[in-house]
Amino acid sequence: MRKWFRPGHLLIHLTLLAGVSIMVIPYLWMVTLSLKPQELTYSPPYLFPNTFEWQNYAQAWQAASFSRYYWNSGLVTLGVTAGQIVLCSLAAYAFARLRFPGKEALFLLFLGTMMVPFHAILIPSYLIIQRLGWVDTYTAMILPRMFSAFGIFLMRQYYEGISTELDDAAMIDGCSRLGIWWRILLPLTGPGLATLGIFAFMFAWNEFLWPLVVINDPDMRTIQLGLAMFQGRYGTQWTLLMAGTVTATIPTILIFLFGQRWFIASIATTGLKG
Amino acid sequence: MQRVTSYWRRANRRGDLSTALIALLPVTLLFIVFNLYPLIYSGYLSLMEWDGFSDTRTFVGLGNYQSLLSSTEFGNSLRVTLIYTVGVTAISIALSLGIAVLLNAGIRGRTAYRVLYFLPVVTSTIAVAVVWRYLLTPTTGYVDVALHSLGIAPPAPTWLRNPTWALRIVILVGIWKRLGFNIVIYLAGLQGIPQEYYEASQVDGASPLHQFRFITVPLIAPITLLLVIMSVIDSFLIFDVVYVMTNGGPLDSTNVIGLLLYNQAFRFFNMGQASAIAWVIFGIVFVATLIQWRVFGIRGEKA
Repeated sequence: MRKWFRPGHLLIHLTLLAGVSIMVIPYLWMVTLSLKPQELTYSPPYLFPNTFEWQNYAQAWQAASFSRYYWNSGLVTLGVTAGQIVLCSLAAYAFARLRFPGKEALFLLFLGTMMVPFHAILIPSYLIIQRLGWVDTYTAMILPRMFSAFGIFLMRQYYEGISTELDDAAMIDGCSRLGIWWRILLPLTGPGLATLGIFAFMFAWNEFLWPLVVINDPDMRTIQLGLAMFQGRYGTQWTLLMAGTVTATIPTILIFLFGQRWFIASIATTGLKG
Repeated sequence: MQRVTSYWRRANRRGDLSTALIALLPVTLLFIVFNLYPLIYSGYLSLMEWDGFSDTRTFVGLGNYQSLLSSTEFGNSLRVTLIYTVGVTAISIALSLGIAVLLNAGIRGRTAYRVLYFLPVVTSTIAVAVVWRYLLTPTTGYVDVALHSLGIAPPAPTWLRNPTWALRIVILVGIWKRLGFNIVIYLAGLQGIPQEYYEASQVDGASPLHQFRFITVPLIAPITLLLVIMSVIDSFLIFDVVYVMTNGGPLDSTNVIGLLLYNQAFRFFNMGQASAIAWVIFGIVFVATLIQWRVFGIRGEKA
């Protein structure tokens, strides 16, 4: 039925392409500029690079120790993602499968955190971290982020979609309750874990306000913090700044491009962002 | 003691209770220490006058809230945040509905379009802000160069140094970043409208514009409401873009409420005042979320 090209669609394509160009051109400019020779920064702009100054990247990485920021961001993101996958699915298992008093109340309390914007708890969170002596540590950036009401909710939905017959069979064979989670439910909910993982990754990699508050030590900066500080200090060295921006952007875009079907489908069905 | 152990044994017959304890202990601890306690603590701080360091905190009752009401700075922040919120919400929703309808017209390359429109959603806000700030550099920035070639003069003072334009630009970046998210949700909603409605109206001679006005818009209204509420909550909490692009200026024209809170707390160390701002934000977001859950259910499943 569907023809390869229909003339009636030409106008639609033209409109959509105009929109797409506004979406995408900033990225093109970002890449071209990051590869431009520094002395040509202010010369007329071009969209497609004709020279490739890869040393901008090397210079940016040295000038602002982007490698250090990258390492910090990677570690924090990994910690948050792994922590959420383990802790949220474990908690979701208890809510979906176990009987214990106060279950509904606790679940509602957890969901209630989705109504509390981070701004509202920013100051006390900082004071707690300060009292614990965790200012300028990875722990400060990772630990509070391991709890995610959205993650628990998401995984509970997945577990409730799986028949309890499997649990019963495993119990008869002498599997412990925790064993059921580990051996039966976890392997069956790979897509759920992947969705949770992608959301956690995007959130942790792009987070800004919390690291801004708990990190003072330049060596502990994440890539987002580093980028913001770099623009404050080397605000006019645009070629280097763009090299930093490109490197800061690549991980989430790659993850998105590889998992886009999954990611978009889960956003469309949950109507929720991490 | 014996009654306790016998209760435990009964309740824990299948190992439910002990397993639940193990499974929920970590998240419950994190929830208490980093969510519940801070919320109460910030409510308590909002009734105090405190600089964040000294041992003395003075109880001032609702004094911090009262001084917010009479503060022009807070009034300005509230106004700026509201303009931002309304601008981003209204324009991004109108644009994304239009684009989603076009994408739903059975054209080729839908997936590719969707991915490209979605890119800004997953890009770090800091990177986005840095790039847009560059594009708007006076004279040599690409926007100015493009306008110049068209014979259009940029406003004076130039973009981000112009109080009127600075806020508009921050709104534009907010729309640019949000569009893809709205489109994806709208596309999912559009697929739920029965095709027969369009076919039947076509028989009656309705134009595509009429179909959009009298079928699509009313039937997609629940999704629109969901997107409005989500966008309001999100926009109200804007911080990153403003922090990098304008830092609240010029002349406080982009001094959104999130930035005001941050500066009051971590630059001027008015912890009490800042906590009162935090609770005002909490109240507004709380009500918005409550409406969203009432109408749509927690995951928007009723939409």
